[in-house]
Amino acid sequence: MLIATAIGIAISRDLLSVVMLSSIYGLLSANFFVTMDAVDVAFTEAAVGAGISPLLMFATIAIVGRYEKLPHRRVLSALLLVMITGALLIVATLDMPAFGAADAPVQQHVAPRYIQQSGEEIGIPNIVTSVLASYRGFDTFGEVVVVFTAGIGVLSLLMLAEGKSAKPVAEHLLKASHHKILRIVSKALVAPILLFALYVQFHGDYGPGGGFQAGVIFAAAIIVYAMLFGLDAARQAINQTVVRVMAALGVLIYGSVGLVSMLNGGNFLDYSVLAKDPLHGQHYGIIVIELGVGITVAAVMVLIYFSFAGRLIDRRGANE
Amino acid sequence: MSEMLLTHYNYWVVMVLMMIGFYIVIAQGNLVKKLVGLNIFQTSVFIMYISAGKVRGGSAPILDDAVTIYSNPLPHVLILTAIVVGIATTALGLALVIRIREAYGSAEEQEIQEQNQC
Repeated sequence: MLIATAIGIAISRDLLSVVMLSSIYGLLSANFFVTMDAVDVAFTEAAVGAGISPLLMFATIAIVGRYEKLPHRRVLSALLLVMITGALLIVATLDMPAFGAADAPVQQHVAPRYIQQSGEEIGIPNIVTSVLASYRGFDTFGEVVVVFTAGIGVLSLLMLAEGKSAKPVAEHLLKASHHKILRIVSKALVAPILLFALYVQFHGDYGPGGGFQAGVIFAAAIIVYAMLFGLDAARQAINQTVVRVMAALGVLIYGSVGLVSMLNGGNFLDYSVLAKDPLHGQHYGIIVIELGVGITVAAVMVLIYFSFAGRLIDRRGANE
Repeated sequence: MSEMLLTHYNYWVVMVLMMIGFYIVIAQGNLVKKLVGLNIFQTSVFIMYISAGKVRGGSAPILDDAVTIYSNPLPHVLILTAIVVGIATTALGLALVIRIREAYGSAEEQEIQEQNQC
């Protein structure tokens, strides 16, 4: 099914249907991740692949135009190249370990240690969270910084020229509040989504969930609100300066946890020294940095959506 | 051969998806479409990692007394963060497409190149 959807994307020239299909593709791969036991990943993919990324693409094709103008070029040579590369890769897979084998090299290295000892060392049931936040805290810090940087990049690309074209806005084009069913259903949905995001955030130690997922879900709720009541209402409800500060604040929280543990005599991001009992220290550290991750991800996603939608309204206003 | 089919089909699905993404990126001129292609490529890599971490008979890596075999948590962590970073970079790419469209009046690779040559 994944392959069928992907082929549909490749063939279609209507970008709207391409985006729809890519949303379905995201949902399908989330299902796939569940059957592969990767519940945390499925969570994220469902929120990102089926929710936020199609939304951003909708906003883009609303600006850029819906149809591809030109016929596909170099089709034959591209197909040939793709076939050859694919065939070579498939030949290469013949040496790979069989699917699901417990003795594959991947299962031999650090994974057994994580599985057997994280319960004693970190003290939380969700191994994914303990690896993410504690064993590989450096990597996660780096990724949060990347997300933050991408947010800054989008802002600087889309916000800088905004001052020039500030015109009265054709607001109704971008909000759906004249659809009664949509309005009532989504109104009822926004609060539970926010609540669910908080649950995912703070329950990440025990079940699937954590800062990344919670941040994305939280942002999705705010984006639904913005689509429903218009960007201005959303901007009034959520001050944009506050969102910008929040994005930086999340990174700051994460980094300062690292610094505090250094001040307490441990290594950067070594939570064991945060409290008298190392296990408690780990707990505090993980909760706080997950909070930092959640804040940054949510704030950056909201910022990105706001700047895309803001750009859209500017263009509509300028055209009229 | 049929044995290979049963034990390696996950890699082949990944390769097919990856090649579809690759094809979209090199053969099609629309910049938004190219980004969708890149996304497909990216997801195929995610699927490869996750399926490599699967252990037959294993369960989700959340500690529980009733479970003895867990799937490998490490690929999950890597891909989890990669997805979020992926959406952030996609957003950056889309923002660039919007700016290119504003500068050139087009999001088609060919038209942009023609304008550059003039």
